[in-house]
Amino acid sequence: MAQFRLPVNSRVKPGKTHPAAGGAGNPRTFKVYRYDPDGDGPPRLDTYEVDMDACGPMVLDALIKIKDEIDPTLTFRRSCREGICGSCSMNIGGANTLACTKAVDDFRGTLKIYPLPHMPVVKDLVTDLTNFYAQYASIQPWLETRTPPPPDRERLQSREDQEKIDLPSACILCACCSTACPSYWWNPDRYLGPAALLQAWRWIVDSRDEHTGERLDALEDPFRLYRCHTILNCTEACPKDLNPGKAIAQIKKLIAERRH
Amino acid sequence: MRLVSPLNRVLGLGSAKTGVEHWWAQRLTAVALIPLGLWFAVALAGPDDLNYAAVVALIQAPFNSVMLILALFALSYHSHLGVQMVIEDYVHTPAVKIFSLVAAFFAHVAVAVAGIFAVLKVAFGAAA
Repeated sequence: MAQFRLPVNSRVKPGKTHPAAGGAGNPRTFKVYRYDPDGDGPPRLDTYEVDMDACGPMVLDALIKIKDEIDPTLTFRRSCREGICGSCSMNIGGANTLACTKAVDDFRGTLKIYPLPHMPVVKDLVTDLTNFYAQYASIQPWLETRTPPPPDRERLQSREDQEKIDLPSACILCACCSTACPSYWWNPDRYLGPAALLQAWRWIVDSRDEHTGERLDALEDPFRLYRCHTILNCTEACPKDLNPGKAIAQIKKLIAERRH
Repeated sequence: MRLVSPLNRVLGLGSAKTGVEHWWAQRLTAVALIPLGLWFAVALAGPDDLNYAAVVALIQAPFNSVMLILALFALSYHSHLGVQMVIEDYVHTPAVKIFSLVAAFFAHVAVAVAGIFAVLKVAFGAAA
């Protein structure tokens, strides 16, 4: 029987409101998704007013200020605060991005903050990325060779060949792309998703890797690779300006090329 | 309950070693449908009055018969590939998925054969 109502934990209810302290010079309103698996019912959207005159410019600054000064129960991941660790990926103002590199001033009015879409929520803005990391592990993200390394030096690579892996290597596995992909939402168990496929491409295109054929074999699957319908939400979402959509297209092209 | 590692779950039954044929056929039929679609629009715009006799005469022209059969083939093939993709995307109950895939295949073959048969019947039938 078709379900016409969302499950109870997908229906977000209005939550508590925490107004700014009196005398706030530049208050901004943040509505933040809250969910506690240990118990106080379905998820809710709590409202926090933050005085931006006394806060750093980024969304992460505001979240840290909320946790520090208003509501210590708010839970989120963060580490490097400069867009290199990928911990603070979340859905901000309707788009997946990193809280640490997204300025509050890029938005007008109330700013809504949700966890990454369509992922199991551990608590508040923290999602369970177990499956995402396992997908990354499944593409064997390490150099596979047959030729032994030269005895006296590292494996050589030309500058042009190094440049081919520069961009895909810059991926920080924040999962903004994969969790923005509708195809990944519908088949997260079988479709590898743009992040894992971008990394697969990074090793396919690596001139030192000698398992290109095996890598393509492993990807040649109606679900693992071909669930990509070139929606390109991945490329749109990437906070590092990478192009997973193009990488996936290039993998498909190589698999087609080796047949003719 | 099954206790399997996350990597085990992702690796699943392994790669099906297929998918590229589907992908390639989808693009081939899409490319084929560009000239076929243009021809269809031009052919329909030809007669002043699309009455029964005019349409029968249109289909009976050998070039048009062949183009129409090609269009029917490409269209139903392309549609089948697309509908199959949609079913695989959205239908997750195994029995329902298999049934839908089989039904979609039969329906597309039936429509294609019926359409091609109709064109042949008109093409080789008496002039209206």
